[in-house]
Amino acid sequence: MKSKTVKRAPGSRRQPAKLWQLRLYVMDQTPKSLTAFSNLKKVCESHLKGRYRITVIDLMKQPQLAKGDQILAIPTVVRRLPSPVRTIIGNLSDIDRVLVGLDLRIN
Amino acid sequence: MKIKGPRSRSTAALLPKCPTGIQGLDEITGGGLPRGRPTLVCGGAGCGKTLLATEFLVRGATQFNEPGVLMAFEETEAELKANVSSLGFDLGGLVRRKRIVVDHVHIEPGEVQESGEYDLEGLFVRLNHAIDSIGAKRVVLDTLEALFAGLRNESILRAELRRLFRWLKVKGVTAVITAERGREQLTRHGLEEYVSDCVILLDHRINDQIATRHLRVVKYRGALHGTNEFPFLIGAEGLSVLPITSLALNHEVSSKRIATGIPRLDAMLGGKGFFRGSSILLTGTPGTGKTIVAANLAQAAARRGERVLFFSFEESPNQIIRNMHSIGLRLEPLVEDGLLRFHSARPSLYGLEMHLSTMFKDIAEFQPAVVILDPITSLMDAGTASEGSGMVTRLIDYLKARQVTTLFTSLTEGGGAPQQTEAAMSSLMDSWLLLQDFEGNGERNRVLYVLKARGMSHSNQMREFLISDRGVDLVDAYIGPSGVLTGSARAAQTAREKAEALASQQEAARRKRELQRTRAALERQISGLRSEHEAGAEELRRIDEQVGTQTRLLTTERTELGRLRQADVSVPVGGENGSGNGRGNGSRNGRDHG
Repeated sequence: MKSKTVKRAPGSRRQPAKLWQLRLYVMDQTPKSLTAFSNLKKVCESHLKGRYRITVIDLMKQPQLAKGDQILAIPTVVRRLPSPVRTIIGNLSDIDRVLVGLDLRIN
Repeated sequence: MKIKGPRSRSTAALLPKCPTGIQGLDEITGGGLPRGRPTLVCGGAGCGKTLLATEFLVRGATQFNEPGVLMAFEETEAELKANVSSLGFDLGGLVRRKRIVVDHVHIEPGEVQESGEYDLEGLFVRLNHAIDSIGAKRVVLDTLEALFAGLRNESILRAELRRLFRWLKVKGVTAVITAERGREQLTRHGLEEYVSDCVILLDHRINDQIATRHLRVVKYRGALHGTNEFPFLIGAEGLSVLPITSLALNHEVSSKRIATGIPRLDAMLGGKGFFRGSSILLTGTPGTGKTIVAANLAQAAARRGERVLFFSFEESPNQIIRNMHSIGLRLEPLVEDGLLRFHSARPSLYGLEMHLSTMFKDIAEFQPAVVILDPITSLMDAGTASEGSGMVTRLIDYLKARQVTTLFTSLTEGGGAPQQTEAAMSSLMDSWLLLQDFEGNGERNRVLYVLKARGMSHSNQMREFLISDRGVDLVDAYIGPSGVLTGSARAAQTAREKAEALASQQEAARRKRELQRTRAALERQISGLRSEHEAGAEELRRIDEQVGTQTRLLTTERTELGRLRQADVSVPVGGENGSGNGRGNGSRNGRDHG
């Protein structure tokens, strides 16, 4: 089901329970999408180094996947794990909001 | 459409329409929604927006071979299926057969974090995918405004909505977008700004504890449309809009007559009864026999083999059948033969529109030749006065268009002058019969008049309406110097007249007999006199004879004497001749002697 443009940090501490699964929904290689991807990566590198996995889904190629995660806006990041599912939309330029959205503030 | 001019036809040609299949809506919009364009349906909570939109899709898929996409922002697929199954729409089956795609868009306010710029390409993708997967021609977005609750960046949202509507047009789908009614504008978030081709406003109002839904086409770019507010209802078969003014006055008319079942009433109506397809108003005070006249009409029609639909708003069918039994009308065989059907419902059961829709449905299904509404007044009480007369107008239009003869009974408050509402209603009616009570002489009696009967000569006279166990009859009311006499007064008057007639007859006979007697007496007198007269004549003759005989005897004696005295008097020869000359002879003889 997944179209894999997987970015996985080489696991130094392998703790599957704490592995973050993120999905980034994009539409083609638009500037917005590219910005969102780099912003997300930046945040993950600084806060979740080594325990995250980003799946990029291009709805241009797989439009049927939009329904599953209730995608409306592009770009959208969905935190599949840890639960609960959380959703952030936008190009993620506001890092603070991203941290709130991913619930990374507490750490 | 109110006016169908040549212009509307030309615009209709320019602007293709997409029939909704919703009863009445296509009539108002002149053929449906603008094809290939979005239509906005707005209204408050619970006024049927989702239902209208869903019906548009379902009918499209089932009747017009146009598959559809339902994008639901508020309800899930399961909820929607359950909701519309009550209207007999098998949404689940249509989804399985790939005639309809339902996509539930879930947006929870506050659940989504926004960071930076975005667009709604995801929504476009989903919609596009859904449309392409079944080749949809119709799209419903119900309701887009949920987006405003879920997304905070309104400027992006508005730009995206604008793009969405443009995209829908390019895609060539006929779309229905629902939206909540706003306080000062049509929709809460001003969606009418984007959807400018056709706007339909739904409304749910309560008057006198009776709720009625209304529909109005606020705007329809490039087409004429009815601008009035039309009541609509959500019935067992979906939505139905009831256009009041959509029907033009162009029914076909029949010059055929139908008998009323009361021969004397037929006679009052030019001898042939009512026109087929006409509307008849029968007003009367309580207990004057309105239902009886109606039942007679029903029976007469059913006996001719015509179907009769009897709407009763006060009595149950069994009660009517039993009551009519008491005057010798047997309705149950007609019911069993399927010629007579009753439909009883309390007026307060539901609103006027619902009643009307149920009646339309029944009429369409049963195809009656005669419809009876007994009484229309109690039905009209279920709504306001204007609604009531509007309903009657629509009902009459509907029935006339189908050439159905209709009898409306109307209960009046007694008193002489007809009520104002009746007068207003009567202008819609072709014939108007009036049943009235006459009180006097310690009794109440019923009389019937024909107040009007369009297009036929009719009696101007009042008739007494008699109800007995053998049925009904109309008899001439006695009009005397002291006014109209009915009931026992009429009977007494008739008896008096009969007695008087008899008396004068007897008097004449008596005088005749007397005269005859006098004449007979005279006759007798005459014959007595005549016999006396004849007796006189006889006497005379006898006297003459006696005289002749005496003379002859005398002559004979004298001659004898002379002969005896030897007189030489020559004896005339005539002396032997008899009495005729006797006297002559005698006198001559006498002179001879002297």
